[in-house]
Amino acid sequence: MSNHTHKGAVEGSHSSVKSYLVGFVLAVVFTLISFACIALEQVPRKVAFIGLSIAALMQMLVHLRYFLHLDTSREQRWNVVFIAFTGVLVFIFVGGTIWVMMTLNSRMM
Amino acid sequence: MFGKLSLSDIPFHDPIVMGAIGSSTIGAVVILGLMTYYKKWGYLWTEWLTTVDHKKIGIMYIILAGVMLLRGFADAVMMRAQQAIAAGGNEGYLTAHHFDQVFGAHGTIMIIFVAMPFIIGLMNIIIPLQIGARDVAFPVMNSVSFFLTVAGAGLMMISLGVGEFSNTGWTGLAPLFEKEFNPGVGVDYWAWAFQLSGMGTLLGGINFVVTILKMRAPGMSLMKMPLFTWTSLTSSVLIIFSFPVITGALTLLTLDRYLGMHFFTNDMGGNMMMWNNLFWMWGHPEVYIVILPAFGIFSEVVSTFSSKRLFAYKSLVWATAVIMILSFTVWLHHFFTMGNTVNVNVFFGITTMLIAIPTGVKVYDWLFTMYRGRIRFTSPMYWMLGFLTAFVIGGMTGVLMAIPGADYVVHNSVFLVAHYHNMLIPGALFGYFAGFSYWFPKMFGFKLDEKWGKRAFWGWMIGFLVAFMPLYAVGFMGMPRRAAHYDDLSWQPYMITAAIGTAIVGLGIACQVIQLVVSFRKREELEDATGDAWDGRTLEWATASPPPEYNFAVVPVVGDLDAFWEMKEQGTAFRHYPVYADIHMPKNQPYGVIIGGLALGLGFAMIWYIWWLAIASLIGIIATIIISGSNDNDGYLIPASEVKRIEDLRFDRMAQAKKEKEEEVEKLSKEEVYEYSDKNN
Repeated sequence: MSNHTHKGAVEGSHSSVKSYLVGFVLAVVFTLISFACIALEQVPRKVAFIGLSIAALMQMLVHLRYFLHLDTSREQRWNVVFIAFTGVLVFIFVGGTIWVMMTLNSRMM
Repeated sequence: MFGKLSLSDIPFHDPIVMGAIGSSTIGAVVILGLMTYYKKWGYLWTEWLTTVDHKKIGIMYIILAGVMLLRGFADAVMMRAQQAIAAGGNEGYLTAHHFDQVFGAHGTIMIIFVAMPFIIGLMNIIIPLQIGARDVAFPVMNSVSFFLTVAGAGLMMISLGVGEFSNTGWTGLAPLFEKEFNPGVGVDYWAWAFQLSGMGTLLGGINFVVTILKMRAPGMSLMKMPLFTWTSLTSSVLIIFSFPVITGALTLLTLDRYLGMHFFTNDMGGNMMMWNNLFWMWGHPEVYIVILPAFGIFSEVVSTFSSKRLFAYKSLVWATAVIMILSFTVWLHHFFTMGNTVNVNVFFGITTMLIAIPTGVKVYDWLFTMYRGRIRFTSPMYWMLGFLTAFVIGGMTGVLMAIPGADYVVHNSVFLVAHYHNMLIPGALFGYFAGFSYWFPKMFGFKLDEKWGKRAFWGWMIGFLVAFMPLYAVGFMGMPRRAAHYDDLSWQPYMITAAIGTAIVGLGIACQVIQLVVSFRKREELEDATGDAWDGRTLEWATASPPPEYNFAVVPVVGDLDAFWEMKEQGTAFRHYPVYADIHMPKNQPYGVIIGGLALGLGFAMIWYIWWLAIASLIGIIATIIISGSNDNDGYLIPASEVKRIEDLRFDRMAQAKKEKEEEVEKLSKEEVYEYSDKNN
């Protein structure tokens, strides 16, 4: 049955040098932005926080798109479904925890 | 050299513990001795320990679950006996510390080492057969999953005799499980056993999702998948998304206990409620991980033994999917009493009640499947009907407790104990028993004895009701769970009744053991040569029983939900082909058993602070993974001639069995004629 998976892997990795390079450059750019948010002292804390969050999110998308070759094609459909579901669950888990713990905290103070 | 471990950690002074150790050691020595005497070690290694065949791995999973069920039941008996006598002036026969360990061990074993291996074993055996595949997607990883679970179970068994077990329940109790309050090894045993088997389960979940999504037979679209496959898919998705949470939480606890960090402590910035939050974020989906596949089994059983298509298949699939998603949104109902705002409690109360809707849909679908069906009252059907009646009661008490105000009244009382046993025993365990007797002929080629199967059912059903209905009542009277001793003498009659119920369940278990022995001795009489023991509807019945290593000589093409039923109607079932093709299969690999052994070493070393052994085991595990990863395991070919030989043999056997049956029928009808003529002369 291993031939199934092998075939899938070969088809999935349409590895062009160009897409890897684009991905690499973008990844470096977002890394630099994150460092800049912290290293430059004149950036206000709030702006730095938002900037970091956005850069981290974009970094993830760049990795998914250029390194894990996630796109809207048919072969990738299940991967996209799973990533989307992960997003929903991360929202429920992290959002739910923050909500529950913050309200609890407010009653304990 | 041996870390904290010394001879004094073996409780020689405790006759109860030593009795348990003594009997299990004698059992182990007898088995090992017999294996050596009959020279079965080579057979065990080549046919079982290194196997990557999903059917054999599944059978090993079920054996593990069976053994651990006996251990968990022994714990239950101890608790019920203690609570039956430890009232008023009587302190009972267990110390409070020992009792605390027993309830922790009982819960951990029943969920992690009985329910999980049992259902993953059934999934292993049946899913590839049901979707027309030759193995799971990652056969070697499957073996690794199994042996990681075994390593966890091994730690549980070792904790019986070396050191102690956790006294903070199977759910853990922050901050009581911190080093400060619990300096012993008990919590570490619990955490590492949990952690290792959890990792195995996570790998298993990934394996099943890929298998089901990528390896279905041609023609089997998602909406033509049998319901057991569907529920297993959703259960595997739940595993993938929820087990990382418990892995993370246990890692944080490990950091607390080993490196003095403060994640779940009450001071230094720790947050003990965070433990409950994380634990139940995994724990609630876990309930559905064990129960959804059981719903799938009930669906298969009710459809087969009513000789009807499932009623409203699509609504069952959608109900399953809705439960899967909702199960992630209810975790807070396990700790309504944490003292949160009304809004938070109401939100989680409503999501909890919402789950009753898809579950109710399922109950009606099963009822309507039976409606006007030709029901055959076999033992799997008994388990199904017992489940339906008992489960509805449990569901209603669940909806009751979903109301936060009501939950405050019964929280952490034995009412709750009655509720979740009422869900998990009929809901999950009866389902596994139904699946076990339903698919037993598929695994071994002969049916289980029906008479003893039905006796086992009555033992379990009556025993369950007698054991847990009193707990509802005494819970309302205010009895807290996990009490080693109580002063209110009016509770005692209920606890004595519950203990009697446990004894009746014990009779049910005894009937199951007898059933296995009786069936094995009558295996020729109970043989099923066709591979279709119950006039089944789905693909697993299309191949031989037990299936050959390659499952299907020719991969079937699916045209309908009840694929095999359709083949039988069209006359295309049991097709004997004149020529076969070579079949490519994965080769046996020792990596699973090696990694499992090393993981056991790692866990034990970490528990007892034997650092050299921990480092050595960890290096060993990493090295094994690298070696197995760089091994181009191309598997091997089963030549077409060999496939033909095996298939010819099957069809010869089938033809012979058919002939024998015809002869028997003829003989019977002749005898009737003689009797008739005798009477007339």
